[in-house]
Amino acid sequence: MTHGQTLSVTLSLARPDFSLEVELELPARGITVLFGPSGAGKTTILRCIAGLERARGHVVIGDRCWQDSAKGIFVPTWRRALGYVFQEASLFDHMSVAANLSYGVERVCVPQAQDALSQAVSLLGISHLQGRSTASLSGGERQRVAIARALATQPEILLLDEPLASLDYARKQEVLPWLERMHQELSTPIVYVTHSVEEAKRLADLVVLLENGRVTSQGALEVLPNAG
Amino acid sequence: MSGPIDQGAWQAIGLTLQLAALTTIILLLLATPVAWWLSQTHSRWRGVVSALVAMPLVLPPTVLGFYLLVLLGPQGWMGQLTQALGLGVLSFSFSGLVFGSVVFSLPFAVQPIQYAFEAIGRRPMEVAATLRARPIDAFFSVALPLAKPGLLTATVLTFSHTVGEFGVALMVGGNIPGQTRVVSTQIYGHVEAMEYTQAHWLAAGMVMFSFLVLLSLTRLKTRVDRVMP
Repeated sequence: MTHGQTLSVTLSLARPDFSLEVELELPARGITVLFGPSGAGKTTILRCIAGLERARGHVVIGDRCWQDSAKGIFVPTWRRALGYVFQEASLFDHMSVAANLSYGVERVCVPQAQDALSQAVSLLGISHLQGRSTASLSGGERQRVAIARALATQPEILLLDEPLASLDYARKQEVLPWLERMHQELSTPIVYVTHSVEEAKRLADLVVLLENGRVTSQGALEVLPNAG
Repeated sequence: MSGPIDQGAWQAIGLTLQLAALTTIILLLLATPVAWWLSQTHSRWRGVVSALVAMPLVLPPTVLGFYLLVLLGPQGWMGQLTQALGLGVLSFSFSGLVFGSVVFSLPFAVQPIQYAFEAIGRRPMEVAATLRARPIDAFFSVALPLAKPGLLTATVLTFSHTVGEFGVALMVGGNIPGQTRVVSTQIYGHVEAMEYTQAHWLAAGMVMFSFLVLLSLTRLKTRVDRVMP
């Protein structure tokens, strides 16, 4: 999608133990970090953008409407051109690394799908892993494969749900530099959920602070707690 | 007196294997969608369907066989249906025996597959959806391969359970040589006729068979677990 377009998200959800009321206009470029404590609703927002969960409201990316409750529009997840990386390793364990990588590519109808795959593979530095079985990968390697697998489908937006949260410090350093490289070289907009100040500082162009299902502030890095 | 394993015994063994194979194939096709539904649904009918599927576990086979006999017989609605369709009456026939076995072994097929689907959780299907797989595609490319241990258990249990059934076979099948006389009813016949030697050969064969089935099941499961932790 082109510069100047936005990701417009309005969501409203009421559950006995949790309520969500957000209205977001995000630039469809760079990395937007959704930041907040656990239970703030970060992951729920991401899942609603992806269509994995339902809330009332609308999700519009550029000129494409993925959800508009008022008009009864809800595009199922598999028809949304998005990439999603989950917190815990979510590779298919019954497939090799190579089969995991090509799973999405085989299912999108875009030109040069194979080129996109090899670009994603080299961008994440995982070409040496392709012959391996998923069980032999480290946590960091698994997440890099998962990111490349999502990227290879040439999504209009990439949603990363705490991709480093289940990794220890050393494993995190296996992934962070690659995310920074992605940030520099890629035009795909990214929404990145985290509760880590360090990750937000290193990656964010825009920070959205969330608490109890509400947006408390939004802006550049200085809205982060203890960010100086 | 003929040899310990006479022609009648071989006929019964052949019929038993044929029955077990057919029942297993039909049940895998039937149980997989039911198991998938049970593992995914929040419907209020879930409990009812679950209980119905488990019924053959607690009912005496004779009770099940009796009702199947009534149902399939010339006066039962299934019997009337099959007659109207030109299939004749299924009671005391091989087809009726297959039908009875399918009902009798239903929980042995549904439950292991259902537990396997439940163990996978929702995540792999969500991942597949974010990678543009439509639900039916995701089911065959992700859920089914991941449920392989459950499918394997269901296959072995259904097959061996059908080989071992007696009550339903006797009630619905009627123990007709060459048509519905299976190994278990053949043994019963030998014992009734005081032909203990023949009964011994078949009974010992069943013991060996059951042991080998369970042994191969554990072996296979360890191998699958090693491949898919």
